Amino acid sequence: MPLKDRIPMPEQDPKLRITNFDEVALGYTEEQALMEASRCLQCPNPTCIQGCPVNIDIKAFIGLIQEGKFTEGYYKIKEKNNFPAMTGRVCPQETQCEASCVLAKMGKPIAIGRLERFLADHEMYKPQQIETEKKNHIPVACVGTGPASLAAAADLAKKGYEVHLFEALHLPGGVLSYGIPEFRLPKKIVNHEIMLLSDLDVFIHTDVIVGKTYTLQQLRREFKSIFLGTGAGAPLLLGVPGENLNGIFTANEFLIRVNLMKAYRFPEFDTPIKKGKEVVVVGAGNVAMDAARTARRLGANVTIVYRRSRAEMPARAEEVQHAEEEGIHMKLLTNPVAFHGKDGWVQSVEVVSMQLGSPDERGRRKPIPIEGSNYEIYCDQVIVAIGTTPNPILKYSTPELLLTPHGNIVVDEQYQTNIPGVFAGGDIVTGSATVIEALGAGKKAAIYIDKFIKGA
Amino acid sequence: MYELVDKELVAPDIWKIKVRAPHIAKAYKPGNFVIVLPHERGERIPLTVFDTDEENIHIVFQEVGKSTKLLGKMKVGDQIQDIMGPTGHAFPSQKFGNVVLIAGGVGAATAVPLGKHLHACGNNITIILGARSKNLVLFEKELQDISEKLIITTDDGSYGVKGFVTDALKEILSNEVVDLVLAIGPAVMMKAVSDLTRPLKVKTLVSLNSIMVCGTGMCGACRVGYKDGTVLTCIEGPELDGHMVDWNTLLPRLSMYKEEEAISLSLLDNESR
Repeated sequence: MPLKDRIPMPEQDPKLRITNFDEVALGYTEEQALMEASRCLQCPNPTCIQGCPVNIDIKAFIGLIQEGKFTEGYYKIKEKNNFPAMTGRVCPQETQCEASCVLAKMGKPIAIGRLERFLADHEMYKPQQIETEKKNHIPVACVGTGPASLAAAADLAKKGYEVHLFEALHLPGGVLSYGIPEFRLPKKIVNHEIMLLSDLDVFIHTDVIVGKTYTLQQLRREFKSIFLGTGAGAPLLLGVPGENLNGIFTANEFLIRVNLMKAYRFPEFDTPIKKGKEVVVVGAGNVAMDAARTARRLGANVTIVYRRSRAEMPARAEEVQHAEEEGIHMKLLTNPVAFHGKDGWVQSVEVVSMQLGSPDERGRRKPIPIEGSNYEIYCDQVIVAIGTTPNPILKYSTPELLLTPHGNIVVDEQYQTNIPGVFAGGDIVTGSATVIEALGAGKKAAIYIDKFIKGA
Repeated sequence: MYELVDKELVAPDIWKIKVRAPHIAKAYKPGNFVIVLPHERGERIPLTVFDTDEENIHIVFQEVGKSTKLLGKMKVGDQIQDIMGPTGHAFPSQKFGNVVLIAGGVGAATAVPLGKHLHACGNNITIILGARSKNLVLFEKELQDISEKLIITTDDGSYGVKGFVTDALKEILSNEVVDLVLAIGPAVMMKAVSDLTRPLKVKTLVSLNSIMVCGTGMCGACRVGYKDGTVLTCIEGPELDGHMVDWNTLLPRLSMYKEEEAISLSLLDNESR
């Protein structure tokens, strides 16, 4: 019998979706989920689970879908992952669980992420039944409310701890709230999965900058242990002339204005965003795709400029495909060298064409400028999405915290920093990575925090 | 939510409000500021902390845009949606020697805590307090108390000396040894002061009022050309070396959202009509 194809994800039509901020991927119906799940071979020795950074029992939850036991399937996922509605949407499954599926060899792996999302969407608004250990009233703090801290908080709360989360902004979620756009991760879902934590004795304190409002030393007096999951928050700039002209944004600012502050609904919401007509996005990671697709929805003609070739693009293939379907142009092997403007506003990006040389230390071929190939791309807005770096606030007030030369926190194999009882995980340790990797780090740190407190 | 416990009109359109936020009051140091989100659908704006007591922070602001106008309309007992802080670098606790503190317009609200701090650190302070007109001269009494000498200038001559703060500064610089100039006020004023002191190599700090969103070093909205690179005002400032600030990038950035601000204001006017 020939292998059946994956059930495609129903999506909003590209022509329609560039006019709204509603979710692009619409989710499987029950019928579609059952059909997709029926393709799973239920391997005696499943390989998919090894591909998951938090080791969800994928075989078991898909087996439960096959039996129509959606509630049981949802709780099977939640044994390992408290945020399936979010990870089902934003995990790069194609390089993780789905890449490890035996059917991937035939190019038709089970759509694990879509099934995860299906169960979460189907079950998360029902009353939750999460078993937790008896409350021990031991206070633990998690700094930051992005994926790493949320995961640590959830697991510590399940072990009975009284967990306090600290967030600098006015809403929790970190990159899930301010970074990833509504059309890829609706904020209603982010809020709901975070809200479910409050059932677990987790307290969220917003408007608190650890390092300013409270120092780490102060927190150490109040809490038995502290997890630092502050992320890689500070934007990187190109460092080329003209970068501070009006109309040039970091991706962080652009996305914070649009996502967190809802500037796409200005003036109903007070925060404005400049709406460019010709927008250049620099970079080709997921954040660059998010920025480009957001600018497109605000009405712009968008061009992505990237110094390497398509093969080196760090963004998920699905994101690049979605961007191209939405009419976003790609200028590859092209690198900005200067911005030119008039009366303080950007008017063009001067770029140089690149060619690929020999591989660098990470194995990626190094882009080399082609001398004399400079030309200008005319634009009225630029969004720089070339990555982020650790935020220095905690460093300023905690000089004793050991950091790498890049400003990342140094931890041992048990996620502990050089300050006893202070743990760290996620982007602040590893540099920019994925949501699920941060969740995984938070979960592992929670295990060691528990051991530390119990003196094991 | 943060309760507004007191409000006082200190000059036309300029308010001093007290807001209950004991944790911020406790952590506050001169030089710090706060980010205020007036209501759920509001905008995050940086505001000056004028003073604190056990329970409250005292914020001074001028009604300029929609957010500050909404704050100005709030009544005692009303709740402000969010206040984050304190943020920004604390001003160094240092004895510089002879300090000229220049306060222009509503910049006087920031000059008071910084002046008190400089005074407490043993500095000898001359203050130039400038305003457009007599009714806009702010905190004269508070600044008088901490200075050896207080010079008031008004653009229209209705109070003190007629002229600009830079005129008074020129005279001081030609007669006295000055170790530090600290200028707080409109960006054009701070630029003019920096231009004046640069050739004389007099150390000059300015308190930048960049547009901000996050206030935590994440977004880069408040970035400004500085030395050979770029800094974020919210975490490296707000006090920065006036001779290193690239004023040509700062000034246009301050008026980046002029059109949108006008839209918000006209809608607000229609609502309240």
